[in-house]
Amino acid sequence: MRVTVIDYKAGNLTSVLKALRHLGAEPSVTDADLTLVEAAERIVLPGVGHFAATERLDATRLTPAIRTAIARGVPFLGICVGMQWLYAGSSEAPDQPGLGHFAESCARFPECSEKVPHVGWNSLEVRKGSRLLAGVEPGEFVYFTHSYKAPVTDDTAAITQYIEPFAAAVERGNVMGVQFHPEKSGHTGLKILRNFLEWKA
Amino acid sequence: MLTKRIIACLDVHDGRVVKGVQFVDLIDAGDPATQAARHAHEGADEIVLLDITATHEGRQTLLDTVRRTARELFVPFCVGGGIRTADDAAQVFEAGADKVSVNSAALSDPALIDAIGRSFGAQAVVVAIDARRDPEATDPVRDAQVFVQGGRKLAGRRVVEWAREAEARGAGEILLTSMNSDGMRTGFDCELTAAVSEAVGIPVIASGGAGTVEHFVDVFGRGRADAALAASIFHFGVSSARSLKEDLAKAGVSVRLPC
Repeated sequence: MRVTVIDYKAGNLTSVLKALRHLGAEPSVTDADLTLVEAAERIVLPGVGHFAATERLDATRLTPAIRTAIARGVPFLGICVGMQWLYAGSSEAPDQPGLGHFAESCARFPECSEKVPHVGWNSLEVRKGSRLLAGVEPGEFVYFTHSYKAPVTDDTAAITQYIEPFAAAVERGNVMGVQFHPEKSGHTGLKILRNFLEWKA
Repeated sequence: MLTKRIIACLDVHDGRVVKGVQFVDLIDAGDPATQAARHAHEGADEIVLLDITATHEGRQTLLDTVRRTARELFVPFCVGGGIRTADDAAQVFEAGADKVSVNSAALSDPALIDAIGRSFGAQAVVVAIDARRDPEATDPVRDAQVFVQGGRKLAGRRVVEWAREAEARGAGEILLTSMNSDGMRTGFDCELTAAVSEAVGIPVIASGGAGTVEHFVDVFGRGRADAALAASIFHFGVSSARSLKEDLAKAGVSVRLPC
């Protein structure tokens, strides 16, 4: 399967590629080659680091190419900052717009006595009907590391509690995002990536 | 609910896992890739590989070890030892690490923390601090001193202040090793861990001294640690991460179970 992994030079892709290969996919990486997005059967946008780094997606014209691919039904998975990019934007970089597929914006965890970033294994409350999270049992854990998060809305596929409830996963049709790192979340994470690779319209 | 992490630590020397008492008297404890896979399978929440060779010749051996260890590991994987520049860090990430831990090099060039954070994100930078209480000081905890070169040399910095600076420069986590208790199996230094944990807003991983389940309960409670490192407690079949976590859950500590 032609899985195109988008590289926007914000952190390393090794772990994501390794997990995809482990599941039998053959990922190709692009940081500018639009033909790889046009020919993609699956698109993965990983991401660790700063929301501002997504500016590179606009500069390389990957943003409109991804928008077109999504419109023709290609399953898309955003991970961490890659999920946040699906929203209108993030207070981490107010001048940098996201894709706007989901209308809301991402914001930092509120100041309180708890530590920010939220780092570690936390549990998922999966909403009914999520295809990405099919087979994930109540209370299964996944690995998070982030300071910004998306709000809970109708498109939220799973909720996690830390300081307040936030969207651990989002899903509408072929567009999916996870705030956690499935590539670092043991069996649960691999199960979620497998669901994505097996997703059919 | 966010759980407390149990991190399996592999000290590696010349491509083999070793364990010493207070950084000396090393005993062979197996192959890093095999050990890492076993710990992940047995419920460890994360794997840390610390290369204590850290010589120039050892670099390639380390990268090979990291590559081999990372291959089938799907939990967070942190690598430390001999990372002196952002380029060194880039090679370790490329080999499959998710985080790097920097110690001596960050003390001699604190901008290294900023540099790695800029390229790979703060979550990828763990600042390791080897700490020893200062028995001469009025306040041995507040005045605890940072050591470098595997604990052989005073760095001339106080632990709490250095942890704060590391955070300000963009470190994602602090790995605090108490050299007074390392390998002794007499318990973590909870006072020092709490002092650091209260001084910073980033997670603190406690290390040094794990011997019993109560020691972990103590460091997650009184020590305010977000995660705890364990090495010798696992190596010789004393316990697995899973059985440790089952005991911790019984004691009321929130941990990732089943795992």
